[in-house]
Amino acid sequence: MFLLLFLLIPITAAILLFAIKKETAGNSIAIGASLLTLLAAFVIIINKTDNFDAVWLSSINSRFLLQADGLAKILVLLTAISFPAIFIATGKNQLNNRNIFLGLMLLTQAGLMGVFLAGDALLFYFFWELALIPVYFLCSIWGGEKRVAITFKFFIYTFLGSLFMLIGIILVYTNTPDHSFLIGSFKNAILTNGQQLAAFALFFTAFAIKMPIFPLHTWQPDAYEQSPTAVTMVLSAVMVKMGLYGVIRWLLPLFPAASLSHANFVICLSIIGVLYASFIAIRQDDVKRLIAYSSIAHIGLMSAALFTFKSIGVQGVMIQLFSHGINVLGLWIIADIIEQQAGTRSMKALGGLAKKQPTLAILLVGFAFANIALPLTNAFVGEFLMFNAIFQFSPWMAAFAGVSVVLAAIYTLNMVQKIAYGEVSAAINTMPAPNKNAQGVLIVLLVIVFITGVYPQLLFNISADTLQQLFYK
Amino acid sequence: MNAIIVSALLGVIMMFVSWGTTSSKLQRSIGLFGMLVLIVANLAQLDHWWAIEFDTKGMLVFSQMGLYANTILYVITFIYLWINGDEIGKVGDHSADYYAIFFFILCGVSLLTSFNNLLMLFIGIEILSIPLYILTGADKKNLFSNEASIKYFLMGSFSTGILLLGIAFIYGATGTFTLTAPVINPMTKMPVEHFLMSAGLLLLFVSMNFKVSAAPFHFWTPDVYDGAPTVFTPFMATVVKAAGFIAFIKIFEVQRVALGQGTWMIILPLVIVSTLLVGNVTAVFQRSVKRMLAYSSIAQAGFMLFALYGESVFNKEAILLYIVAYSLATIGVFAVLIKMKDYSIESFNGLAKSNPALAFLTTLFLFSLAGIPLTAGFFAKYYMLNALFTAGAGLWLLITAVVFAAISVYYYFKLIQAMYFAEGEPAIHPIDKPYELKLWIIAIILLVLGVFPALLFNYISI
Repeated sequence: MFLLLFLLIPITAAILLFAIKKETAGNSIAIGASLLTLLAAFVIIINKTDNFDAVWLSSINSRFLLQADGLAKILVLLTAISFPAIFIATGKNQLNNRNIFLGLMLLTQAGLMGVFLAGDALLFYFFWELALIPVYFLCSIWGGEKRVAITFKFFIYTFLGSLFMLIGIILVYTNTPDHSFLIGSFKNAILTNGQQLAAFALFFTAFAIKMPIFPLHTWQPDAYEQSPTAVTMVLSAVMVKMGLYGVIRWLLPLFPAASLSHANFVICLSIIGVLYASFIAIRQDDVKRLIAYSSIAHIGLMSAALFTFKSIGVQGVMIQLFSHGINVLGLWIIADIIEQQAGTRSMKALGGLAKKQPTLAILLVGFAFANIALPLTNAFVGEFLMFNAIFQFSPWMAAFAGVSVVLAAIYTLNMVQKIAYGEVSAAINTMPAPNKNAQGVLIVLLVIVFITGVYPQLLFNISADTLQQLFYK
Repeated sequence: MNAIIVSALLGVIMMFVSWGTTSSKLQRSIGLFGMLVLIVANLAQLDHWWAIEFDTKGMLVFSQMGLYANTILYVITFIYLWINGDEIGKVGDHSADYYAIFFFILCGVSLLTSFNNLLMLFIGIEILSIPLYILTGADKKNLFSNEASIKYFLMGSFSTGILLLGIAFIYGATGTFTLTAPVINPMTKMPVEHFLMSAGLLLLFVSMNFKVSAAPFHFWTPDVYDGAPTVFTPFMATVVKAAGFIAFIKIFEVQRVALGQGTWMIILPLVIVSTLLVGNVTAVFQRSVKRMLAYSSIAQAGFMLFALYGESVFNKEAILLYIVAYSLATIGVFAVLIKMKDYSIESFNGLAKSNPALAFLTTLFLFSLAGIPLTAGFFAKYYMLNALFTAGAGLWLLITAVVFAAISVYYYFKLIQAMYFAEGEPAIHPIDKPYELKLWIIAIILLVLGVFPALLFNYISI
């Protein structure tokens, strides 16, 4: 019953937000609801929770089953941390119809929670799509200049991908022994080689578009750039994790043979994507685009590590799912503060932030280090494990992937240098007093970065049972 | 039998109502009341409570599926009339006549859901079609309406001719008009193939495709749907088309074997893919919403044709759910469209600002047509794909289907984009609260079926 709260809290708050007009009240409702969700997330991490199980569609034997294992808990925690952080950090940004905006954000949160908790394939698909709809409206209404066309491209891409997944679900469902959508029965489905291959391809397309893996990534940088920053934060901190989550939860356990035989192909694509995105990131002048490409590179590395089929690789990815979310969230918040206060995202026009707002500059350096995965930061642990797995799989792949670390250092430090140091530029000079709320959020996030970096066992403990199930059953 | 007799009687009564009263409000109330009587009469037979019965020599068979389809189609008609009552009154001076026509059409519908004899099929289709020609030309001072009516009449008669020829061939082959299971050769365990039979069935197939506006027999559809008075178009696109599908399935769930399995597996996918292609791709390029919806109805017919692929219970559930989801959403969108002063997509610009509730409702209806989760349209598509897969269709057909479903999102969302993301002052007739409330009811039905689609089948085992 408790797991139902992760859907009920945001949905109730969203309905409230649609009903009321007053914006100050709206802000407090959104923050209050998201903090309540965060509290619930802590509760499920500390306590053992029961599944929520109810009959949904009796005629086709689909159940409304919510369950939280380690992987789900990590992502629920990430989602639960992200939303209040976003609401508080961007609370001062000017928006029309702010309450509607916040309501749609909370609906997105409910959709994401549903995706991570669903233990039934049809329910999973249901939430997978539902998380997308509010984002479509958020980006198209409050986004940048080219928002409508860009968001539409994003929508059609992901919609087509998820329809493929739907066929995959039907394919597996028809071959389950007890005709049920539960993940347990899906694992017992008897598929011929050809069917397994087809189902693998169908599921993989959906996840690959969402992650995104090269060459299906074209929607992403544009979508990140054109979305309102609060939505970009959701997209890159949490939503792209849906694809990786799908791979760990559905693709690998359901189609192990097909996944294994295509591991080389997927890892190759992922690493091409990593290098490609890293090189493009070096050439970017727009802070938002730079972070977007850097994010593609990191996600690509995670997808490569997943397909190595090494337990340390999967362990690394599960840590990194969380860490990458926190890091990229921090970077986006900083980018947003700079854009809001200095009025530009172009690095050419920025410089000397350290002199004008030293606290913000220190925070920027902190998150930049995490982005490069320096030791003591959270990303180091995950990337170390992931590289280890890739190396065991193939040293050559590891060599190519390893280049991305150097490239990450180049573009991230370059960004820090251009923004924080040098002469104080005109744009930076116009920045008003620091945004205390946003800086507070950043400090909290940075603390998380270092705690999980120094003592990653916290995350290992949470995710242990998923790893057990995947590898040692 | 209840439905056939009551609907015919009600048609006759409605013809004389305009004699007694000229108040269009009163005529409308009598019409709606008649609809309720018809629904109750049909339910009485469905529940084995009261039924008029006499020996039809097996020409009509009242199966649970047929009676349930009747109920669904009547309820949809009721909702349609209930929403559009005012607009029907505006088309001409004698709105009672239109209600009479609706009842005659429903009489044809009842025949199509219960025939067991090809002559009854023929009579049903004629009873259904002839009033439709009149409805199409109802706006008699409008040239487009006249043109559409003539076009529909000529093409419709032509296709009826083909149907009749097919029936004659089948009679020649079997010596009976009754739909019986094909003769099985005891040696090969395969149905005996008979050239006349196959030719007759092929002609029947063509003619039925015409009735449900499947490509390449769809050419009349956009012109007729566009030319007919806007208030009648949703009725033609939903109830009439749905009845066509029920009849189509009734014929071929038995007879597809006689056609030869090989032939069936060639012609059906061919028709389906070309219907999806023509409907979806052409709809993308339309500037007028009404015409776009006409092509979208062709595209949706392509999806409904999937129900012909197999003969399991899944197919029947799928087609019934699809009919409900598609019909209600179409009626809803048209109910909004009819209030617009101009039918171009641009005329919807800025509707979300000036009339947020209406824009939200339209979005829901379009979501259902596009098959987005949480609306009935999603499960309609899901059930259909599942039925298709269970019937043993190739994966390529399913993939084709979803690719076209993604294309359909493109044109449905163009309207959503116009309403929400474009600036403008939509020219719209005033909408009163009760009208909006009726649309909300449709929306709620779609949402409830979008979470619990099985509610539609809990009532009955098909």
